[in-house]
Amino acid sequence: MEIKVKLNGKWIVDNIDPDMLLLDFCRAHYCKSVKRGCETSNCGLCTVWLDGKPVLSCNVLAARADGHEVTTLEGLQEEAKEFGMFLAREGGEQCGFCNPGFIMNVLAMKRELDNPTDEEILEYLAGNLCRCSGYASHMRAIHKWLDSKKEAAQREDHIPENREKMLAHRLSKRTQKHW
Amino acid sequence: MYAEDLAPENCLVIKLLRSPHAHAMIRSIDTSKAKLVPGVECVLTYKDVPQHRFTQAGQTYLEASPYDRYILDRHLRFVGDEVAIVAADTEKAANKALKLIKVEYDILPAILDYRESLDNEILIHPEEDWTESDWSHGDNKRNSVYHEDIHVGDVDAIFAECDEVLEESYHTIEDQQAMMEPFTANCWMDTFGRLVIQSATQIPFHVRRNMATALGIPKSKIRVIKPRIGGGFGAKQTAVVERFPAVVTWLTGKPSKIYYTREETMIAGSARHEMRVQVKLGAMKDGTIRAIEMHVLSNTGAYGEHGPTTIGLAGHKSIPLYGGKYEAFRFVADTVYSNHPSAGAYRGYGAPQGIFALENTVNLMAARLGIDPTKIREMNMLHEGDLMTAYNNETANACALDQCMARCKEMMDWDNKFPAKVLPNGHIRSVGVAMAMQGSCINYIDEANVTIKMNDDGFYSLLVGSTDMGTGSDTILAQMAADVLECDVDDIVAYGVDTDVSPYDSGSYASSTTYLTGNAVVKAAEQLRLNITEQAAKILECQKDEVEFDGKVLTCVRTGASMTLKDLANQLQGGSDGWLSVTAGGNSPVSPPPYMVGMAEIDLDPETGKVVPIKYTTCVDCGTVVNPNLARVQTEGGLMQGLGMALYEGQSYTDEGVNRMRNFLQYKIPTRMDIPEIEVDFRESYEPTGPFGAKSIGEIVINTPSPAIAHAIFNATGVMHHELPITAEKVWRGIQQKKQEEVQA
Ligand code: FES
Ligand code: FES
Repeated sequence: MEIKVKLNGKWIVDNIDPDMLLLDFCRAHYCKSVKRGCETSNCGLCTVWLDGKPVLSCNVLAARADGHEVTTLEGLQEEAKEFGMFLAREGGEQCGFCNPGFIMNVLAMKRELDNPTDEEILEYLAGNLCRCSGYASHMRAIHKWLDSKKEAAQREDHIPENREKMLAHRLSKRTQKHW
Repeated sequence: MYAEDLAPENCLVIKLLRSPHAHAMIRSIDTSKAKLVPGVECVLTYKDVPQHRFTQAGQTYLEASPYDRYILDRHLRFVGDEVAIVAADTEKAANKALKLIKVEYDILPAILDYRESLDNEILIHPEEDWTESDWSHGDNKRNSVYHEDIHVGDVDAIFAECDEVLEESYHTIEDQQAMMEPFTANCWMDTFGRLVIQSATQIPFHVRRNMATALGIPKSKIRVIKPRIGGGFGAKQTAVVERFPAVVTWLTGKPSKIYYTREETMIAGSARHEMRVQVKLGAMKDGTIRAIEMHVLSNTGAYGEHGPTTIGLAGHKSIPLYGGKYEAFRFVADTVYSNHPSAGAYRGYGAPQGIFALENTVNLMAARLGIDPTKIREMNMLHEGDLMTAYNNETANACALDQCMARCKEMMDWDNKFPAKVLPNGHIRSVGVAMAMQGSCINYIDEANVTIKMNDDGFYSLLVGSTDMGTGSDTILAQMAADVLECDVDDIVAYGVDTDVSPYDSGSYASSTTYLTGNAVVKAAEQLRLNITEQAAKILECQKDEVEFDGKVLTCVRTGASMTLKDLANQLQGGSDGWLSVTAGGNSPVSPPPYMVGMAEIDLDPETGKVVPIKYTTCVDCGTVVNPNLARVQTEGGLMQGLGMALYEGQSYTDEGVNRMRNFLQYKIPTRMDIPEIEVDFRESYEPTGPFGAKSIGEIVINTPSPAIAHAIFNATGVMHHELPITAEKVWRGIQQKKQEEVQA
C-alpha cells in the first residue's frame, strides 16, 4: 500500500507492506537512531514522536502514520545534542544504545510538563530501560539540564496541574497499545 | 552507529530453526519445501555446513575451552539449540521458510538438574572428536569440563580446633546480561575474496580465530570489524551469532546479517553460570577466622565455553578477602554439562556466586558469635602487604579495604542502623554488609597492545585492540594518552577495533581495559614523547635531553630555540624514518585486585515479603580513579544489576527444559522506578604496577548487592536465604516458616 508520511519535516511517499512496523519504516528511511530491543513493548528504545507525541514505534503500524508527522532523533539534532552534553558530562552515556529512545522521551517530557517533580520524571520515563548506567546519572543530567532552562520567573509550583497531565499521559500510553 | 546500522544494504536476512527438545538427535530433516519459498537463498542443515569442532568462547591462548561445537550439529543439546539456518531476501520469506522445514527427532533422556550430571550415564558430549582444552582437566565421558582441587594448610586439622564451624550450601541461578543491544553480526566478502565479519563483540581477535576454526579456513581469510557496541557485560565475550552470517556469506558469497530477537537473546545467549557453592567456615569465639573450605559445582549448560574459567573465581576472588588471618583454605571446583542453554561470561565472572556464599556465611558466623558483622571483618580482612594464598600467591600491593569499610559505615550510619528497626506501619528497616574483590586482568595471559601515531598538524591517532563495550573505556584510554602527551583529549582520535588494522588485544574482559590496556597506552605515549623530542633536537640542533616539550611547543633549554609541535609534525611529513608511530604493550605478571565494601538498607513488609532497597552505600578501592564520573556511573550501573540479581532476576525452566523467562515482561530488570538512593565514594590506594596507579572497576561493582541484601533480610527476619533471587514470595515463606518453628519450639 502507498503511504505518505512527513518524516523529520520531509514528506515521503512509499509503497509498503500493510503489516510493516513504524520502527522498520523509520530505519528503512535512514533514521537508524531508532533501535529495537524487544518484542514486547518493554524497552523504550524505539521511541519516536507521532504528531509530536511519543509512541513506541515497534508497536505502531507504519500505515497508521499515513498523513501524519513522524519525528526521530535525526529530526531534533540541536536539542538532542544539548541534552546529550548534560548526559555525557554525568557519565550517563555509556553504551549509548538506549539514548535515542530515552532522549526522545525526555524532550517530549519537557514539552508536556512544567517543573516536573522527581516522581513525575521517573514515571514519565519509566518505560525507557537502560542496563548500563543504573539511572542515577540520568537523573542528575535531567536536573541540571532543566535547571539550565528554567528562568527564575517560572519557578512556581505547577504540581497539581502536572498530575493531571501525567494521568493523561499514562492513559494515552495505554491506548497506544491497541493501535 | 552500531553493527546493525552499518550492515550492507539489501543483505540476506538470517533466521534460525531451533530445537523444541532439551536433548535429541535429528532423525531426518527435509528442507525441500522451504527452499521453494520465493526469496529464499539457502536453507542449511548440519549436512550442508563444514564440520569442525570449535568453541565460541573468547579466551586467550592457551585455549581454555573445549572444542565441542559444530556450526550445526545433528545432536541437539538444549531447547533452542540451532537445527537449521535460513537466509532470504526478506525476514518474511525467511520466517515462512522456517515453518516449512520438516524435522523428525529421536528424543533422548535429558539432564536438566546439573547436580546429577557428573558420571551420569546420559552423555551430553559422547562424540569422539571432542577436544579438551589445554589445561582444564575435563572429561566428556564424565560430563565434566573442569576440575580443580587446591589447598594451603590442613583445613580439617584447623576446623577441629575451632570453637565454631559453620557449613552452608548456596544456590545461584542463571541470570541474563540483558544488554540493550541484542546479539547481532553481519558479513560480506571483500574485493580480495576475504570474509568480513562486522560484529557487536567484545572479542574481535577471538572471533577471527573461532570462525577460522569453525569454517576450516586460514585466519588470514577473515577480517573482523567491531563498531560501537550496545552493551555487553560479558555476553558478547562469546561469539554467539557470528557463525550464522559467516557460514551463509562464505557459502553463498552474498552479504548477510542476523539480529537476534530479545527472546533468542534470552534463550540461546550466554547467561551467568548457575552454581552450588558449599562453604565451611571455622572461627574462634573472639571472631578470628581460621579456616575456609569451599566446594563449587557449576552448570555450563550444553557447551563448555566459559565453564572452565568462570568457576575458579568463585574461590580465588572471595577467599582472599579474609587473607589477613586464616591459616588454611581448600577450594574444590567442578564444572559440568547439562541440557540447559550454554552459559557464558557475565560481569563478575564467577566471583559474585562465591562472594554471595562466603559473605553470607561470614554474616551468619558473626550472628552466631554475637559480634558486629563489620567488626568481624575488620578483624580478619586483607591488609596491604598481606600474601593472598588463594590468589596466585600475589601480595596485596595496594589495598584500602579497611578504609573502605570505615567510610562505608559512616555513609550508612551503620552503628545507629544495625541491625533493624520496626516502623510504626509494621515495616522493618534493616541493614546488611558485604565485601568484594575482583581482578584487573588475567595475569601472564591477557595481552594488550596499543599504537599511537602522530599525524600532520600534531594530532594523534590511538589504535587499541581492546573494545569499548560501552563503558567509556575509549575515553579513559584517550585521557591517559592525553595526560602523557600533555594535549587535549580532543587531539586524540580513538579508532574502533579492526583485526586488519588494530594491534592484537586479548579482548575486553576480566576488567582488563583500564589496567592492562591503560598500561600499554602510557608506555606507547611515553615512547612517542621521547621520539618527538629526539626529532625536535635534530632540527633545533641540540641534545635530546635539552629539549623541553609542553605538549605544544618544543624548546631547547640551552639555546632557547623553539618550534611548535605542529611545525615539527608537518616538517616530518617528508623524509622521516618511521618514528611517527609507536606500538607498545605486553601482559602483566600480576592482576592487582580492586576491593570494595557495600551496604544495603531495605524496607521489608512482613505481611507480603516485599523488599525495597532504600539506600545503598558503597566505597570502592580501584587504585587511582582516572575519571571520577565514569567510575561512579560504572559503580551505579553495576549495583543496579547486582540488585536485580539479588531480588528478582533469574532464569527458570519447565520440566521439559523450556525457558520460562523469554522477554522483558517475564524477566524483569531494574527500571528507573527501582533505584534506591545510591552513595558512592572511593578510597584510593596506589597500585605501583598500574597506569597512574589505577586498577580495574568494571566488574567488582556487581558483587556486593546479593550478600548485602541477603544480610539485611536476615537482620529483618532472622532468615538467611541461600538461593538467589530472593523474591518477595521466598521472603514471606521464610517468615512463615520461622514463625512455625518458633511455635513448635
Ligand atoms: S523495541 Fe522495545 S519497546 Fe519498542
Ligand atoms: S547506556 Fe547502555 S543501555 Fe543505557
